[in-house]
Amino acid sequence: MESKARCIIVGASHAAAQLAPALRQQGWTGSISMITDEYYLPYHRPPLSKDFLAGTKDLEQILIRSPEIYRKCNIGISMGATATAIDRANKQLVLDDGQRLDYDKLVLTTGARVRKIDIPGVDLNGVFYLRDLSNAQNIKKYTGADKRIVIIGGGYIGLETAAALRKQGNQVTVLEAMPRILQRVTAPEVAKFYGRIHAEEGVEIIADEQAIAITGDKKVASVQCQSGNEYPADAVIIGVGVIPNTELAAQAGLLVDNGILVDEYARTSDKDILAAGDCTSHYNPIYQRQLRLESVQNALDQATVAANTICDNLKPYSALPWFWSDQYDLKLQIAGLSQGYNNVVIRGDIKTSRSFAAFYLQDEKLLAVDAVNSPQAFMLGKKLILQNTPLDPEQLADETLPLKSLLTG
Amino acid sequence: MPTVTYIQANGNSQEFDLELGVSLMQGALDNMVDGIVAECGGSCSCATCHCYIDESWTDKVVAATDMENDLLACVTDPKDNSRLSCQIKVTDDLDGLVVHLPESQF
Repeated sequence: MESKARCIIVGASHAAAQLAPALRQQGWTGSISMITDEYYLPYHRPPLSKDFLAGTKDLEQILIRSPEIYRKCNIGISMGATATAIDRANKQLVLDDGQRLDYDKLVLTTGARVRKIDIPGVDLNGVFYLRDLSNAQNIKKYTGADKRIVIIGGGYIGLETAAALRKQGNQVTVLEAMPRILQRVTAPEVAKFYGRIHAEEGVEIIADEQAIAITGDKKVASVQCQSGNEYPADAVIIGVGVIPNTELAAQAGLLVDNGILVDEYARTSDKDILAAGDCTSHYNPIYQRQLRLESVQNALDQATVAANTICDNLKPYSALPWFWSDQYDLKLQIAGLSQGYNNVVIRGDIKTSRSFAAFYLQDEKLLAVDAVNSPQAFMLGKKLILQNTPLDPEQLADETLPLKSLLTG
Repeated sequence: MPTVTYIQANGNSQEFDLELGVSLMQGALDNMVDGIVAECGGSCSCATCHCYIDESWTDKVVAATDMENDLLACVTDPKDNSRLSCQIKVTDDLDGLVVHLPESQF
């Protein structure tokens, strides 16, 4: 018999695309509807600053699942609809057009939005942030061979965007307000490596350079910095991080603290409301602390947990976070979280080659690995982190010693 | 459309007609085949779409790149016929292909 239970998913994200079909696989026979303020089926976001921007993949190629799967699984998708409130007492989701949708289970996969900067000129034509497909499409209209592009922010998004645009022949300058790029996420050695590669590829990176204004008459003309330097620009792209979309949850009285708080079963403080992905904060048993992750891995894994929970199949979430970043011919794979490290061991030639691994240690405990064009270091690094046995830094650095030999299992 | 058969570690078998040009990974995702996780969406980064190409087909699929081989060296239970399913696109020559899935991607 078909159940009349209703599950509503807010946001057509990585998490949503994983969750909705997983619910069907787990045996949910009630209705499933996805509400999104965008006008696309769930798509892969990482290519927006990589292959999609560089023009080597189109929309169809970055859809997470084909349109048929939503039909086959009988998943309703309402596009261009914004959820404005959750009426928990009546178990209804309120939309911007006033519709009230009844739910039995509600899942928030609302993701994150870009952090905006407040300087004069950010509203000029030709100034962009990069998060959504429409952002990437707009950027493509302003870029091309010999266009001058200024990127504000030397994090992964800024650097990936720089690499993708450089590939198309743009003249790219990256302005980083901090003393170095990738300040928040990597060791100085790794940041220096990326600085070298971008220089070799013809991208100018300037650290300690704080943008204070964007000039132009309707359309952007230049970026002015605190130093007094001014950089001419045909387009400006700002990538200075994201903020989790927690307002809907907070207004409904759910517990929120740098992310919607969820337990190991992806449940919020209301048992009928779950959440997954970038918008959540959860306790990670491997690192033994509260985490809010901006990653595909977390979105997929937490969504799977949420689908299980909804179908009364409680399986706790415990996963090693991992991330990746593609720039030029460099494939960076990051296993684990480096926060708290006090030693970095480099394996391989970081100074002149394009392949190495950086191991982040807290004394002899391995916390994380940045592996550049070193997939084995990444794969084995994941295993070494989870193995959680003391490691000798000298052995990690010794390329004549196979990493595999450090595994005890 | 070429037909591809996915066989789970427990022997369960599913057969699908896949469009030319899609990867074996995408074909699995689009048909809800268990056992292919594909976290990175096909960019040869995560090795969570590991599969075994049936022995009778191994010489008909495109060769693996160095990057793929390096990843494959570290998957759980690698074999000579291990491949990442995101790196193999469906062609007419692969009509009838049989793909075996590992017990676990992790």
